[in-house]
Amino acid sequence: MIWLDTLLQGLMLGGLYALFAAGLSLVFGIMRLVNLAHGDLIVLGAYLILGLCTALGLHPFLAAVLALPLMFGLGWLLQTALLNRVLGEDILPPLLVTFGLSVVIQNALLMGFSADSRKLPVGPIEAQSLPLGPVTVGVMPLLTFGSAILVIWGLNQLFYRTALGRAFRATSDDPVTAQLMGIRPRSIFAIATGIALVVATIAALYLGARANFDPAAGPARLLYAFEAVIIGGLGSLWGTLAGGLVIGVAQAFGAALNPEWQILAGHLAFVAVLLLRPRGLFPRAYD
Amino acid sequence: MSPLLELRGLTAHYGDFQALFGVDLALEEGRTLAVIGANGAGKTTLMRAITGIARVSGGSAALAGARIDRMAAPDILRAGIAMVPEGRRLFPSLSVEENLRIGAHARRGNGFWTLARIYELFPVLRDRRLQPATALSGGQQQMVAIGRALMSNPRVLLCDELSLGLAPVVIREIYAAFPTIRDSGAAIVVVEQDISQALKVADAVHCMMEGRITLSGPPASLSREAIHDAYFGVRHA
Amino acid sequence: MTRKTLLPLILLIAVPLLAALPVIGSRALVQDLFMVLCLLVLALNWNLLAGFAGLVSVGQQAFVGIGAYALYACVILWGMDPLAGLLIAGLVAMALSAPVAFFAFRLHGAYFAIGTWVVAEIARLCLGQWKALGGGTGTSLPKGAAQEMWGAETVRALIGGSKAAAVDALTYWLALALVVVMLVASWAFLRSRMGLGLQAVRDNPVAARAVGVDPTRLKALVFLLTAFGTGICGGLLFIQIGRISPDAAFSLLDWTAFVIFIVVIGGIGTLPGPVIGVLVFYGLERLLADFGTVYLIVLGLIGIAIMLFARRGLWGSFLLHTGIDPLPLSHAAPRAGSANRSF
Repeated sequence: MIWLDTLLQGLMLGGLYALFAAGLSLVFGIMRLVNLAHGDLIVLGAYLILGLCTALGLHPFLAAVLALPLMFGLGWLLQTALLNRVLGEDILPPLLVTFGLSVVIQNALLMGFSADSRKLPVGPIEAQSLPLGPVTVGVMPLLTFGSAILVIWGLNQLFYRTALGRAFRATSDDPVTAQLMGIRPRSIFAIATGIALVVATIAALYLGARANFDPAAGPARLLYAFEAVIIGGLGSLWGTLAGGLVIGVAQAFGAALNPEWQILAGHLAFVAVLLLRPRGLFPRAYD
Repeated sequence: MSPLLELRGLTAHYGDFQALFGVDLALEEGRTLAVIGANGAGKTTLMRAITGIARVSGGSAALAGARIDRMAAPDILRAGIAMVPEGRRLFPSLSVEENLRIGAHARRGNGFWTLARIYELFPVLRDRRLQPATALSGGQQQMVAIGRALMSNPRVLLCDELSLGLAPVVIREIYAAFPTIRDSGAAIVVVEQDISQALKVADAVHCMMEGRITLSGPPASLSREAIHDAYFGVRHA
Repeated sequence: MTRKTLLPLILLIAVPLLAALPVIGSRALVQDLFMVLCLLVLALNWNLLAGFAGLVSVGQQAFVGIGAYALYACVILWGMDPLAGLLIAGLVAMALSAPVAFFAFRLHGAYFAIGTWVVAEIARLCLGQWKALGGGTGTSLPKGAAQEMWGAETVRALIGGSKAAAVDALTYWLALALVVVMLVASWAFLRSRMGLGLQAVRDNPVAARAVGVDPTRLKALVFLLTAFGTGICGGLLFIQIGRISPDAAFSLLDWTAFVIFIVVIGGIGTLPGPVIGVLVFYGLERLLADFGTVYLIVLGLIGIAIMLFARRGLWGSFLLHTGIDPLPLSHAAPRAGSANRSF
């Protein structure tokens, strides 16, 4: 029974990691860009929600709704002003620019909010739990998991059912020919990064509601997200969800054996999957 | 009244290499123009320069009197020039129908060409509309590429090497669609290495060699020898 | 003055000056410059990896940490002399870099970068489990160990002062020697057949393969060699620091982020780049160190600005604007003009 409980905790945690990863996966799928500041942007989102909570006296869930358009704007601006200028054959410039951005964001947060760890005040819901057959599961973890599935499903609908998604896929396939269709790749990229930051904000809400966060929390989140994307297979959104679950379950079982092994177990699961299936669990047919 | 599409002294470079040397060309409303020439004559560069994919380094290009040579590719499409690119360049992660629909990505309002009209023009595509575009045969893919370009309801349709890699019977099938396209009101430029089909549909022919237009005129006025010379660069004594 | 004699000339002037520092300068300055020299060693290694082999690693702190822990194990657990431990540190780092390469080479481009970072995290978490070396909280080097290492007594006789000052001087000289060896070795390597092959791969992988250069083997070789250099440097750093913990030994900021900024500012993919970068870095640090976080923000912004406006950094921009390359890496045939710049 204890193992079933651990498995369930792991799956719930995996949902959070899938939320961390979904934005990264989307951006990579469309423009082959790996944003090393993704984790820090999630943490920035958490501070933004916290700021809105305190300034306007709102519940974190409401504050997050307000934060969504702001973060979309930030993503759009980031892509337009910075990342579009360094995209290209050479992978070094976008990598180093996002690395620099990561350092800037972390230290700017440190200046603004100090190194103290914070938490989003979600109220009584935090302690509530539901009996689920033989085990009980917290309402917040369940909400996180449900949101992860909803977000992945929503992104898939967007990607495969809408005109915008069609433009995303066309630009990803062949940006030059896409221009012949009247598509402007740079504005497509800006929208994509905006959406990625919207998803990052949802991830930030659950990050901040479930555990403490501080300005230095970003890089670890980036690593989990990155591992989920690679395990799932590049460019597959459902794969990213599966990847998140693998990391979450591995961490939960690692922690059950020895609390110090939690993070290590996740990393080792990643290495193991990559050694067995170098292209991930659900690789896209073409690339 | 200026021509619909007019190029004056157009030049283009790839780095230090000059690919076009002062090309002049005029296309009137409703007409079809053929640009023929051997591999490397600069035909594809010319198409890429008109559509904004390759940068124009000198001269001018104008659509209905308005300059387009400094515009970006997406804006040139919006102005009314669509291209069927060499090698078709369909989007592999899109279905046949999605490839057609994305052709109308920038379209505002109505026009002659709709999904239904494309399926009328190429009925075989209707049955395969849900398949990945790259699962189709070469000829069918070419039909998708033409349909995709038409979906923007262009004033000028540029076709780059439609017959490349296709069997003669398939080429004839594709060129059979041209009268309908022409009746829809689009002016057409076909670029071909395969002269025979191009001459059949064209009102005027330009021969290109080494980045220049070396011979122009209506097909009937040009002797086989003259075209042959312009094409291969042979000079009779 | 010909180009061939310029590099030896610079070394001949700079090295004795720097070497004399422990005799004439203050101990604080020696400690400062020790850190600068170590960062330069790390930067020269990272530049070989990222600038020449195209392997953008964000996980080189793995080899700093592994080298440092290997050294501490040698000294604390097996009673070896720290100097011998340094060699072991390099060898262990190199040995472990082979399985790391086997894993990380499955990832390309940006994913290689994060893959190496994951490896560094794994190493940090694993060594945090080594209870004999203090586990997660770490441990100190026994006071006597460094002060009684080979050569420390001689150095003390030479420059006088306390035992601790002698250790500072000795580690400083070792770091200086490491810099000189790294500079000369990278210069020789880059001008060798293999080094030229590497630059050919960077500039055009397809063509390089066509003329018989095997990029993967060359890159793996560079990965192993730089792990060796980085491991030794890690060992040396923590002899001088005197205390180790997983977080300090595997610090992304100290051993990789700073190093990346140094190389990017100076000029990635150029040999003098890291040297110039480390000078700028040291200057900025002196200027802004009191402001802590502001310093890091400025560093990040400079890195971003360099990538936006001068991708080849200070040295690369100098080459681009003047057309003069005082330190050419290619075997330049006599020629007129400067049409073919050689970096």
